[in-house]
Amino acid sequence: MTDGLKKKIVKEIKVDLDKCIGCRACEVACSAFHARPKYSSTNPARSRIRVVIDDLNDVYVPIRAGDYTPAECTGRHTYAINGKEYRECSFCGVSCPARDLFKEPDSGLPLKCDMCEDDPPIPEPMCVQVCPHDALVYIEREEDDGEEEVHREEMEIGLEALAKKHGLQKVMDAVARMSVSKKG
Amino acid sequence: MRYAETGFNLEIDLSRGSIERVATDPRLTELHLGGQGTAAKIQWDRVPPEVEPFSPDNLLIFSTGLLHGTPVPGANRTAVDTFSPQTNLYSHSLFGGFFGPELKHAGYDKIVIRGKASDLVYLWINNDKVEIRDARHLQGKGALETGACIKEELKESDAQVAAIGLAGENRVYMATIEHANSSASRGVGVIMGDKRLKAIAVRGTKDINVARPAELFEICNPMYQAIYDNPYCGDVFLHEDDEEWHVNNFAWGNARERQKGFWNKEKEKEWTDITESVRLRWTACYNCPKDCHQAISYPGRPTYFQKCYSKLTYAMAAYKELDFNYNILGVTQEHGLDGYSTPQVLAFAIELYNAGILTDKDLPGFPSDSGERFFYLVEKIVRREGIGDALANGVYWAARQIGKGAEEFDHNSTKKIEQLPLKLKMINYPYFLMYATSAKMTITQTEGSYPQSPIADKKEREAFVKNWDAAPERFKKWFLEWEPRTHPSIEASVHICDWNETMHYIDDAIGTCAFLSSFRGQFGGRPPYHLYNLPNFISHATGMDLDSDALWEIGRRNRNLIRAHNVRRGLRRSDEKPPEDHWKIRDTEMETKLLDAYYEFKGWNNDGIPTKETLEKLGLDYVSEDFLARGILTDSEATPSKETSVEKETK
Repeated sequence: MTDGLKKKIVKEIKVDLDKCIGCRACEVACSAFHARPKYSSTNPARSRIRVVIDDLNDVYVPIRAGDYTPAECTGRHTYAINGKEYRECSFCGVSCPARDLFKEPDSGLPLKCDMCEDDPPIPEPMCVQVCPHDALVYIEREEDDGEEEVHREEMEIGLEALAKKHGLQKVMDAVARMSVSKKG
Repeated sequence: MRYAETGFNLEIDLSRGSIERVATDPRLTELHLGGQGTAAKIQWDRVPPEVEPFSPDNLLIFSTGLLHGTPVPGANRTAVDTFSPQTNLYSHSLFGGFFGPELKHAGYDKIVIRGKASDLVYLWINNDKVEIRDARHLQGKGALETGACIKEELKESDAQVAAIGLAGENRVYMATIEHANSSASRGVGVIMGDKRLKAIAVRGTKDINVARPAELFEICNPMYQAIYDNPYCGDVFLHEDDEEWHVNNFAWGNARERQKGFWNKEKEKEWTDITESVRLRWTACYNCPKDCHQAISYPGRPTYFQKCYSKLTYAMAAYKELDFNYNILGVTQEHGLDGYSTPQVLAFAIELYNAGILTDKDLPGFPSDSGERFFYLVEKIVRREGIGDALANGVYWAARQIGKGAEEFDHNSTKKIEQLPLKLKMINYPYFLMYATSAKMTITQTEGSYPQSPIADKKEREAFVKNWDAAPERFKKWFLEWEPRTHPSIEASVHICDWNETMHYIDDAIGTCAFLSSFRGQFGGRPPYHLYNLPNFISHATGMDLDSDALWEIGRRNRNLIRAHNVRRGLRRSDEKPPEDHWKIRDTEMETKLLDAYYEFKGWNNDGIPTKETLEKLGLDYVSEDFLARGILTDSEATPSKETSVEKETK
């Protein structure tokens, strides 16, 4: 099914909050994988995935570190779970000046999930590999690559439909007339 | 650089309010590994037998295991060690969850607490910043509630908190230390309360380094799936709705009688419905794929965590239904009461009332319903009000304080500690030895590697032995020869007891969970961790060269050191007995032979005291010197006593 369309692979980690048992193995594995030299140390505080746990309210939310933002954001949300309200930043994965989460504990440099890209590549990100409960599941999804191409394709599809209906010659004549009248 | 451990302990003196960070001797790691092992050495050096448990000089030690904070899955059990007012002997407990690894990331292998605060305090450990803080505002608060309050006031939701409830504050002997989904029982909460320490909060963000990272990860990563898939490890029973095994085999009331025929399909359906209606989720401990804890939300009770056999202990002690158990756990967990011993204390009090030993004068307004009576008694005990003051000291001491024949109702304790409510018919040789001699004070912390029962079918037996990687060779032979309704030989029984307990001493030093290791060989014979793969994990993590013989030797060393503590505090052969009616059919002559053989095998004299030779072989010369100086051993006792044990027994 190429149809001449360009596709790209999107890597995604699907999180099932109901399946999380709160063991934090994902944090351990992530911090070890990203240690230099690799695996030389563990430290959940360096992990690019963190399980936000409020055990007395049955809240277990794995979040992954996203892009660094140099400014605090304005789009804030308050969450209510089982009737308890959580601060606007509780479940946010962005590394930002408002808090310490997703920053190296010693240098303060931001951390970002890189899906464990490695050479040679590993089959799944480490956090997924150590989660047999499938609270974290790795999926690769094909997606159309880039917006421009989509627009070009739309026009082509439209022209193709017109040519099918009226014949290619008629469409070409119409385009020629339109271009002449525009000049005049 | 130290690998797997931090190389520092935190020393807290609550009397003086001092806090020190003290470097530790790496040689002790080689000798004892960590956890309970290294704690026992610190106690040996600093807590002589003259120190009463309630003295400020008694130490309360929270130990990480050697493998905490390394990638080894399931290494998360924190050891708590002290001396117990209930037994005046060594008191050891463990709790799972997240505390130990967090403490290590904060930069400490242990917290060694001495002295007593003048008023209720809590400890806040935030990496290098450590504070003793006022906790008067937390007085009377529930154990888990305390954790939530502390995290809130510190604005540190990632902190891990271990706390006592009202029971610990009031020095109830059955008091626990509660943390997240886990509890430490068996006489440690009472000492935390005695020291006026309401809680310890920890936050750590430092690295833990391991010696051979790539090699360690290569063997750790497959363990997640292997542990998850292994049907013989984790809390197998808690995941089953069919409770027939527990309700038929364990005794109801004050460990009195089995109720065969109680269980049926309708009951199973009813109990399953109850559990499913109150369970929020299954939860796990740090870095372990097994989910052995139920988060429970019972109407009108704060959320709590239920684990292990506490699912049934209150219901069975009160002759009630499962619903009652979930209800009362919502109260007792917050008070910080041990779910094993407390139900027996409550059932014991009801028996005394029914026998007329306790009267309405002792129990004003005592309800008629056994469930309501349990709630009534719990409140008396945690406040040490009226008769609760005696009951708060456990069955053994309460019976003696109450008197008037109450002693007769103390029938299920060993070394003054309530044991599992099991009443069986025929004496079991290895179990006799484990009950009689264990320093862990409970069978669940002693049994576990050798199967509880034989396999009748010879072909199945052979197949079992063929895949039994966890077992040393000699056990394979004994298991192959073991026919149903026969006893293992004396020799086999001694070795079974020895193997079972040694595995616990290893777990309790490195911090791995018994549900993945020392407790989980007895059903199915395939524990994820065992004598033959653990040395690899330890070696790669620490850089120490270790094989299974060396690991066994360390287990023996720790066992003997803790034995020596108890011997120094007066423990002798005459104390080494199972609960009096644990078995209906006993065999005094055989019991004597078993104990003789066990002591001899252990290198202990006929009174159960490790000999000079044994101690020196284990590098415990300082123990034998102490024994000689105190007259516990004499120079002639380097060889076992010639006096026969039968003669000694009758003295």
